[in-house]
Amino acid sequence: MKPTPSVSVALAGSGGAGVMTAGNMLLEAAALAGYYGLMTRTSGPQIRGGEAAAMLRVATFPTDGQDDRFQVLAAIDWQNVGRFAAELPLAPGSIIVGDPAQGEPPEVFTRSGARYLPVPLKQLAGQLAGAWPNMVALGVLAGLIGLSFESVEAAAKKAMKKGLEAGIAAARLGFSQASSLEGFSLEKPPSSSARWLITGNEAAGYGALRGGVRFVAAYPITPATELLEWLAPALAKVGGTLVQAEDELASINMALGASYGGVPSLTATSGPGLALMIEALGLGVAAEVPVVVVDVMRTGPSTGIATKSEQADLNIALYGMHGDAPHIVVAPNSLADCVAATAWAVGLAESLQVPAIVLSDQYFGQARAVVDAPVLEKQSLERLKAEGAEGYKRYALTESGISPMAIPGTRGTAYTADGLEHNEGGTPSSQTADHLAQMDKRARKVSQLDPGDAWASIEGEGETAVLTFGSCTGPVREAMARNGKGVKLVSLRLLSPAQPERLRKALEGVKRVLVVEQNHSGQFLRYLRSEYQLPGEVRSLRRPGPLPFRPEEVRQELLNWEETA
Amino acid sequence: MPVPSLEDFMSRAYTMELEATERYAQFAEQLDTHNNREVAQLFRKLSEIEALHAKRILEEMGWPSVPALPPAFAWSGAEAPETAPFDSLHYLMQPYHALEIALRCELEAVKYFDDIAAGAAPQRVRAAAKEMADEEREHVALIKQWMKKVPRPAAGWDEDPDPPRIAG
Amino acid sequence: MNAPFAAAALQPKDFKSGYKPVWCPGCGDYSVLTGVTKALAMLELRPENVAVVSGIGCSSRIPAYTNCYGFHGVHGRALPAATGLKVARPELTVLVASGDGDGYSIGGNHFLHACRRNVDLTYIVMDNHVYGMTKGQPSPTTEPDWRSKLAPGGTGLREFHPLVIALASGANFIARGFSGDPNGLAALIAEAVRHPGFYFLEVLSPCVTFRPEQRGWKEAVHPAPVAPTDDPGRAARRLMTDDGFNIGVLYKGSRAPFTGMAAAPTDSPEDLECLFRL
Repeated sequence: MKPTPSVSVALAGSGGAGVMTAGNMLLEAAALAGYYGLMTRTSGPQIRGGEAAAMLRVATFPTDGQDDRFQVLAAIDWQNVGRFAAELPLAPGSIIVGDPAQGEPPEVFTRSGARYLPVPLKQLAGQLAGAWPNMVALGVLAGLIGLSFESVEAAAKKAMKKGLEAGIAAARLGFSQASSLEGFSLEKPPSSSARWLITGNEAAGYGALRGGVRFVAAYPITPATELLEWLAPALAKVGGTLVQAEDELASINMALGASYGGVPSLTATSGPGLALMIEALGLGVAAEVPVVVVDVMRTGPSTGIATKSEQADLNIALYGMHGDAPHIVVAPNSLADCVAATAWAVGLAESLQVPAIVLSDQYFGQARAVVDAPVLEKQSLERLKAEGAEGYKRYALTESGISPMAIPGTRGTAYTADGLEHNEGGTPSSQTADHLAQMDKRARKVSQLDPGDAWASIEGEGETAVLTFGSCTGPVREAMARNGKGVKLVSLRLLSPAQPERLRKALEGVKRVLVVEQNHSGQFLRYLRSEYQLPGEVRSLRRPGPLPFRPEEVRQELLNWEETA
Repeated sequence: MPVPSLEDFMSRAYTMELEATERYAQFAEQLDTHNNREVAQLFRKLSEIEALHAKRILEEMGWPSVPALPPAFAWSGAEAPETAPFDSLHYLMQPYHALEIALRCELEAVKYFDDIAAGAAPQRVRAAAKEMADEEREHVALIKQWMKKVPRPAAGWDEDPDPPRIAG
Repeated sequence: MNAPFAAAALQPKDFKSGYKPVWCPGCGDYSVLTGVTKALAMLELRPENVAVVSGIGCSSRIPAYTNCYGFHGVHGRALPAATGLKVARPELTVLVASGDGDGYSIGGNHFLHACRRNVDLTYIVMDNHVYGMTKGQPSPTTEPDWRSKLAPGGTGLREFHPLVIALASGANFIARGFSGDPNGLAALIAEAVRHPGFYFLEVLSPCVTFRPEQRGWKEAVHPAPVAPTDDPGRAARRLMTDDGFNIGVLYKGSRAPFTGMAAAPTDSPEDLECLFRL
């Protein structure tokens, strides 16, 4: 078959089948063979033993988006895997690999017209002492997409602590099975460059450390937990610490307390946790204590679907706080950008003495991808600290709105950080003039922020613009690359404070705006309509999670519009 | 608590006066905050009087600086004998009440010094205590005279037409 | 002649700010403030090395009345804020002020976990069995038959027993003080600051406005009749059966405190890139 620049495969099975481990090894093998790629995961609600699928894409170009279709779906068994049918779209050219001993593939998959290739995974594994069917499947998949066996072997060596020999032998059996099947092949890998294999959650954690965070308070929540788990040992290495809190109310308040003490601080959570943290974020605004919350969004409202992605926390992140509470909201627009966006959010929080929310999502957070090594420029966004001074006023009305912050331990500048409205000196005040002056000050420092070019990624030129943010950006980029002309992408990274003048300039000459977002009510569209002037006709392409947009859907939307325009 | 020396005794006496000074000043502040200017003024005056007493002790002893409380120092009661407890106040209190408080404090002080004068302390200490007790007795008399000049509070002085919302 | 005792570096009044309390005249919290400032003077601390952290309520107004560093946060969350501060800045002395509503009701969960976490904090709860700032509603420690606008027939609920709960949650040091004895409070607070680990000091602090009958507490309180125990079983029995007016240290354990920030860094953040590099 003609080599292609991208191949997508999925490996599914019940708990205990080892599909995630095999998937990770396949991604690593592709990375070692010089390809880009990513793996996302989906799973049932069970803690252990539920159905799960590893969804991989291997490509000659950097990507963190899923493709339109999977070329291969392999399953160790078919129990309840049919539940993932919507997430695992197949096409007539696709291949279904299954173990005949586990029965026929479910009709929800075969009706796509995909070819079924039975491979006796369990029986093959049974030929080798200590071997598992998932390793046979790994070999089959590697063979079907044309990866070298050496890369599989190298990946297995990196990943397997026990049963390595049997594992490699099993993979070899699967690999040789694939050689007799008509599979797919990838174009040659691109020339080598510095690359990382990283998840969005790890990237955000690493960005936090690069931004200067040294205190993290943590309360476990899917899908943010891995971010906190990555940070726990990492913080210890860089001289910081992580405290597990009793709830999210505690974690945000611990972070505020540590930050008040002068240590840049962060917590990570998901929607339900963010809802609990909102009151304390208002305290951060009023008392001007920097703090960063990474919200790894999942479907809501309420508990929603904890393991799946959605961009539906935009409203609460922007407008959730009571009172007028100017603050920062930043959204990474690629998996790799989780590093820079989080580091930037820390810098903005510190330099403006304000809470910052980073809107990541489950898609980024739990996806692992091969990315070009991010280059982080050193940022000079630091907290303005007070030296001991006569007549120190913590909340002095400066022109920039930023007033020097005294750090406990500094002589002569003791003050009380207060969520009560206060005067310049920090003394509680219920007077109208103090309230107005402090509101102006807090608004001023945030609105005067000059984000430079970091406020958005602007790509392409055309009369049609796509406005989006976060993990929708990947599919839009790919749609544009396929379309090849006439479309301009503006993917916002700085959501608050809004940058109406910058967007106006970016949209000069644009006649149509397509707004792409992953939520039900069009939160991003409403935000754009309230904060910005959008030129020409505006359309919304949106749906709630968990299904990610596929590049072809976006491309068709653009094509249809241009044809009817 | 035994009082071993004149220095020790005088430092206690000084501390008593100082704490009384500070407490009356706090009372003045509290009533200022609650818009009871008249009584605040009275407490401020009482505070000034106690401050003078404290200053006199420093001068008598020729102490250049303020002595600190001895380590592990404790009065037999909760606070120094001349210090009025915080719960003495009411936001609607009248000058007469303030003088009642002052009177109680002076009587406590008399008792404290009398006890030392009659106790087993060294002669110099007992003599000084006797002198202090007599001085406090003079204060008692002065306050009693003062009380005659201010009106006695009528029944229901503590009624607030906007009462706290307590009972259901 | 020289002064008989070396003058302390700072006097109690040096720990007060010029900001005047809004507490009612007669309130027990004035006395706690005095106890705090006396203890800090006694400990020869400097105000800039002390932080006073609180939530919301009458009691929680304390930070701004001191000239230490203060953190007046949101309702119920003083303990987490103080925990973050102390872990991040272990060299600071951190006092936490709270009340029965702030500390036992909205902040109840943090109380349990602060007791078991054993971070080196001095936790002072001013208990007056009523919400004062919101003008007289029953709190977790209010008697079941106390009538109020919000609970006209009384709550009918048994009172929360903070000392027993602290013990059951693993508190290492439990004491009860009384606002009528500011010097006694000062001594307890000073002991609390010296004690490594979490020190829970419940202070009976009358509300003269909404619970004027609490002025009678001064007749009810008495020193604890026995020395503090280090046996949690015995402490549990004592705390369960005491009359609520025993004053002094009631339980004294020896659990090691929670440790603060990691030692010196072994890596720079950039060094951690090796975890991702292919």
